[in-house]
Amino acid sequence: MTIKVLHHGLATTVQDLGRPGYFHLGIPLGGAMDRYAMRAANLLVGNDEGAAGLEAVFLGPKLEFTEDTLVAVTGADMPAKVDGVEQPGWTAFPVRAGQTLTFDFLKSGARIYIAVAGSIDVPLALGSRSTYPIGALGGYKGRPLAAGDELPIGAANGSGEARSVAEQLRRLPAALVALRVLPGLYWDRLSDEAKQSFFADEWKVAPEADRMGYRFRGGRKLSFVEREQPFGAGSDPSNIVDSCYPYGSIQVPGGTEPIILHRDAVSGGGYFMLGTVISADMDLIGQMQPHTPTRFIEVTMDEALAARAEENDRLEALRASLR
Amino acid sequence: MPTRYTFGGDEHLFVECSDEMSLEAFFKSLSMANGVKESGIKGITEICPANASFQIKFDPDQIKPDDVLREVRAIEGAAERAEPVIRTRIVEIPVFYNDPWTHETLMRFRERHQEPSGTDLDYAARINGYGDVDDFVAAHSGSPWFVSMVGFVAGLPFMYQMVERQRQIQVPKYLRPRTDTPRLTVGHGGCFGCIYSVRGAGGYQMFGITPMPIFDPTQTTSYLREFMVFFRPGDIVKFKPIDRDAYDQAVEDVDKGRFSPPVREVSFDLREFQKDITGYNTRLEGMINDH
Repeated sequence: MTIKVLHHGLATTVQDLGRPGYFHLGIPLGGAMDRYAMRAANLLVGNDEGAAGLEAVFLGPKLEFTEDTLVAVTGADMPAKVDGVEQPGWTAFPVRAGQTLTFDFLKSGARIYIAVAGSIDVPLALGSRSTYPIGALGGYKGRPLAAGDELPIGAANGSGEARSVAEQLRRLPAALVALRVLPGLYWDRLSDEAKQSFFADEWKVAPEADRMGYRFRGGRKLSFVEREQPFGAGSDPSNIVDSCYPYGSIQVPGGTEPIILHRDAVSGGGYFMLGTVISADMDLIGQMQPHTPTRFIEVTMDEALAARAEENDRLEALRASLR
Repeated sequence: MPTRYTFGGDEHLFVECSDEMSLEAFFKSLSMANGVKESGIKGITEICPANASFQIKFDPDQIKPDDVLREVRAIEGAAERAEPVIRTRIVEIPVFYNDPWTHETLMRFRERHQEPSGTDLDYAARINGYGDVDDFVAAHSGSPWFVSMVGFVAGLPFMYQMVERQRQIQVPKYLRPRTDTPRLTVGHGGCFGCIYSVRGAGGYQMFGITPMPIFDPTQTTSYLREFMVFFRPGDIVKFKPIDRDAYDQAVEDVDKGRFSPPVREVSFDLREFQKDITGYNTRLEGMINDH
């Protein structure tokens, strides 16, 4: 069976849980920005949780189905409609051959995840079906979807029953997002004043926020400890000798606008990083809209690991509830 | 300076061998990264060597961050005691300097440049003390370069010139980055050279273009069938200036599947190199020309 793309939305891509192992060659992990929501959508329709689905940001696509199947939409609050009839979020629902799936306007969050029983059956590229548009790699012909595309769907293996994720297991960011940060990397390049103000100030997501990185504005400019710049680093005090960038690391070019690198991160470059958003909070970033007020919260490694354990427990509960 | 260990959140260990660039720092970071790879520490999912540092990604559900730190630290001593010798390969990359495509692009973005009246080559030649562009090109293509890091985007090599520090070419990046750079542009920023593996934004000065693809996700290019990325950290590159006719011929050869980049396996010894840089480089070049 296939899905016909009647409208592509804003930027809709095929994603799974990514392609680890190639970051040393500049090819990023990729995969769903909100991995928890992607997993939930897959489990709802009976797929493996790492199967390929669609990620759509801000605006949903318009899709026509050629056979009866089961679909689930998770992540942002953007109601799905089948031939105009609204469907519940975080819940599997049937779609019949010839019916069209559309979406209402976005109410909260940023990205929806659309899973179809059998999953999107595009070819594997370096072990993943995720789309990496800069490298024209993976996904549907290495690019975001366009009207006229026909997506191949694999054989379904679920029971076909319409299940739902319990309310307490759904996760969306609050009106004011708190992102937990472990200071490190080149943290000590910052002046004491900047170390304070970074965590004290309220920031807002800038319009430049995509799968590669999220930029923030609104806090005070960060100042640096004075030094003679090392050979090869470049003349700006925010420059370093080009190094690798961790996923979630926060770089602040010129000390003005922090950028958090996300799933399609550039693998390295010449800007200092002050620390890294902890793994437990990375999914939340994928659901943040421009202008979302944001605070950065300083945590220790022990707190980061405890938060990760909590997220693992939530995922286990999700798996158990949909088994 | 002692090696600095720091965590990038709960999933990365970042190891900085030096805050300034040097061949010694590059060698140490590459040896340590290779040592970590060989050690097979459980839970490590990515090992990324960079210019004077490297980064490890690990799964904290499988190994505690402190245990990763302890095991990687243990490798540092061995890496320091190891002979500074690597088995690598030297590859010759043809470059059409001062080509019409990078020229068109640099003219389009002239207002973002330090010196809008000339070209990137004019500017780089002048601030590096060369009489004219020909002398500059002779210097750029006259010594080999180490691929000190592969990344930024898919398959892009950062290259470090294998000459004494006072002879190294240095240029600032554009005042504001361009939104466009031709695919396969040979560029330079700070002390690093690069080849843009894909078309896209960029801030490095543009000197020329190579006809030789270095990243091919379709894996149809004859020498990229086994793997889509050409470069690996530790590769040695020698640029060979070519003219328009040779460029056109090479493009046609690539299209017809009969281009094969001259590559030789070599063993590089940092101590021997430092004793006589010019002589060592001449021997390296001889290996490439000897075919």
